[in-house]
Amino acid sequence: MTVPHCYHKHRITLIHMTRRCIRALKAVRAEHVAPQVYSTRWSSSTVPRITTHYTVYPRDKDPRWEGMEMERFADEADVVIVGGGPAGLSAAIRLKQLANQHEKELRVCVVEKASQIGAHTLSGACLEPTALNELIPDWKERGAPLNTPVTEDKFAILTEKYRIPVPILPGLPMNNHGNYLVRLGHFVRWLGEQAEELGVELYPGYAAAEVLFHEDGSVKGIATNDVGIGKDGSPKDVFERGMELHAKVTLFGEGCHGHLAKQLYKQFNLRENCEPQTYAIGLKELWVIDEKKWRPGRTEHSVGWPLNRNTYGGSFLYHLNEGEPLVALGFVVGLDYTNPYLSPFREFQRWKHHPSIMSTLEGGNRIAYGARALNEGGFQSIPKLTFPGGMLIGCSPGFMNVPKIKGTHTAMKSGMLAAETAFSKITDENLQSETAGLYIPEYKEALEKSWIWKELYAVRNIRPSFHNYFGLYGGMLYTGIFYWFLRGKEPWTLKHNGLDSAQLKPAKDCAPIEYPKPDGKISFDLLSSVALSGTNHEHDQPPHLTLKDDSVPVAQNLAIYDGPEQRFCPAGVYEYVPLETGDGMRLQINAQNCVHCKTCDIKDPSQNINWVVPEGSGGPAYNGM
Amino acid sequence: MSARVLVGVKRVIDYAVKIRVKPDRTGVVTDGVKHSMNPFCEIAVEEAVKLKEKKLVKEVVAVSCGPQQVQETIRTALAMGADRGIHVEVSGKDYETLGPLQVSKILAALAKKEQADLIILGKQAIDDDCNQTGQMTAALLDWPQRSPEDGTFASEVNIEADKLKVVREIDGGLETIKINLPAVVTADLRLNTPRYATLPNIMKAKKKKIANVKPADLGVDVSSRLEVLKVDEPPQRQAGVKVETVHDLVGKLKEAGRI
Repeated sequence: MTVPHCYHKHRITLIHMTRRCIRALKAVRAEHVAPQVYSTRWSSSTVPRITTHYTVYPRDKDPRWEGMEMERFADEADVVIVGGGPAGLSAAIRLKQLANQHEKELRVCVVEKASQIGAHTLSGACLEPTALNELIPDWKERGAPLNTPVTEDKFAILTEKYRIPVPILPGLPMNNHGNYLVRLGHFVRWLGEQAEELGVELYPGYAAAEVLFHEDGSVKGIATNDVGIGKDGSPKDVFERGMELHAKVTLFGEGCHGHLAKQLYKQFNLRENCEPQTYAIGLKELWVIDEKKWRPGRTEHSVGWPLNRNTYGGSFLYHLNEGEPLVALGFVVGLDYTNPYLSPFREFQRWKHHPSIMSTLEGGNRIAYGARALNEGGFQSIPKLTFPGGMLIGCSPGFMNVPKIKGTHTAMKSGMLAAETAFSKITDENLQSETAGLYIPEYKEALEKSWIWKELYAVRNIRPSFHNYFGLYGGMLYTGIFYWFLRGKEPWTLKHNGLDSAQLKPAKDCAPIEYPKPDGKISFDLLSSVALSGTNHEHDQPPHLTLKDDSVPVAQNLAIYDGPEQRFCPAGVYEYVPLETGDGMRLQINAQNCVHCKTCDIKDPSQNINWVVPEGSGGPAYNGM
Repeated sequence: MSARVLVGVKRVIDYAVKIRVKPDRTGVVTDGVKHSMNPFCEIAVEEAVKLKEKKLVKEVVAVSCGPQQVQETIRTALAMGADRGIHVEVSGKDYETLGPLQVSKILAALAKKEQADLIILGKQAIDDDCNQTGQMTAALLDWPQRSPEDGTFASEVNIEADKLKVVREIDGGLETIKINLPAVVTADLRLNTPRYATLPNIMKAKKKKIANVKPADLGVDVSSRLEVLKVDEPPQRQAGVKVETVHDLVGKLKEAGRI
């Protein structure tokens, strides 16, 4: 039966309207749940003001900002890259290589929020050199810090007392033959030096705070952060506006869960045809160990204890060969965990007490600590990657190969492909662009033809296969059968479980976890760990962990979930403290401690926390993490 | 006013970073560690730039001694408003043993060469806490030296008719002192609030000149008269003990042999 054309049009509108109504109802319902549940705890009539940032309280309505000079200095470049990590720097290097090859002038600017390139970089890391071999084939002669080839590869399932080795058969994703153990921060620093040699303008210490748009809606560039705003949101004497950098195309390489990318997803509806991204948090330490226990090139991974079979996660321990007996070790916990009492930091500290790990660490000294969220969504969660005036590269859209736990090589390759497609478009003299900012769909096509796509497609079902009753064991069985035999050629694609922030069960339905006290030799407390990250921020600035609604933390997060942010933040930013009036609690945000991991923005069950970028140069001071 | 100001800036390990002693105990780990301009030097630069904005001085020259990386620190000073920079190249072993005596000799030589009328330095550096360079430089040049801070709050520094006028807060009120130029001024923490080095200024600073000079060109011998024997972490702070009564307190003190 044929349906008249007008009916189609109306039916679609009806669906849209219904969807909007349901969404509105959900929002209203969420607001009404609060008062009933917590009235005994929430007694103060006014919630103490926490958020003062201008993204929540606009300055054009703020009387303290009347008459302030808000004009910004603007400059033009051909390409602006947000983020000086592996993806951003690979893109910059590739652009300049092409420009030199074709004898064209190209101005490439990279803005990076860390005070120096590599200071916000944190990863295991076991680097697969495929992308590097393509980008800079003579990397060895140029002194790239790939000093530790993998010599031994070990995988085990841990129980509380024992370690069950699992053979790593060739062909399994976690086989590391041919790869290098690196200190990624040092590798990124080296990439920065290569970029500067080629003429890339690097600007560390300046954060991209705002995306700028042309009148036609395409991306015009970015603006760096304003400086000199006080903690209460008012302008100080040293206030100065950020600067605008305009470009023909802007590449966004902010890493996992970038804050500008979050805005772009909404602005251009980039996530309408993909699954929501799912994440994990990775915590890492560097230790100088007893020389007798040092085995440079040894790569160890484990799953199991101390996590239960339904909480995704595991550990890594890499013996580096960089002069002193250094090991990089860490713990990853999937952020789809359900128990609000779980603390990834304390699981990490607890794991180090396993007999097989303690034997390596005993007599050693911890010299560094840090944490960062990472992507786990893989193939199913890749959003639309191009929009007029811009492209997304690296871990920001998310190209991590989860079972291999490697995302650097794919991030670099995505940066290189973005550079190649952008270069062709920019230098095309006959180009008629519909929008002022260039739209480059060729980037997506290039990605689909590249090894990134094949690789991610092959492993797409491994992570989702953990969502079954047997959890970890079901997942390992699936990997063994379908990946090892079929290399991911099975015709179906499994789905993820939805947003990580929606996975927490209410506190009353879960059992608190008894974590052992840190012993100060193998395991440590949170604050001494944060001190080792070297993190610091100008204290007199608005907290950059902004809340859309200051009353929600106590009303919902504390009331229903017992304040999970106190536990999932690896830097002790969130604390529930008693009100000065005596009855009830308030949320205290220690913004200075933040290590820019983005976990709170991801895992907040109320999705009330919006991480925005603080003044540039603030944040951790990682050295070769 | 045709005065020229020389400002010394030092590149030090950032104040928020946890210091680690090198395994061979000859010093601290600096490779890859976050560095920034000494906070006292930032204040010195700010004061110099303020004087230029008040049109009391004509030119601000930023100076730093060290390896290639100190050029970043000079650029920051240029971005804050200095006009040109001088990089005195000292690297390797010489840089590790570079101390206030050698730096003050270098600054004295530069002051004569550049015909500077005023030298503004930070009171001390946060890595060695020496608080010596300003005084030594003044002594070598036979110039007066003053810290407008001197432990109290200084409201302003001015140049009036070839003399340096400093107003400072003291216990009894405000004190105004005049010292002859040329002079050395050392800046303490509360003298001013340094401005940010914003991105447009960093970009402009790339066009400003930084001259390279070697200590030998200035006739300065940078060999050190001091030898560092070893560097150790400070002893771990022992936990304190809480007591419930005065009786217990007296008992514990007796145990410790204190009374």
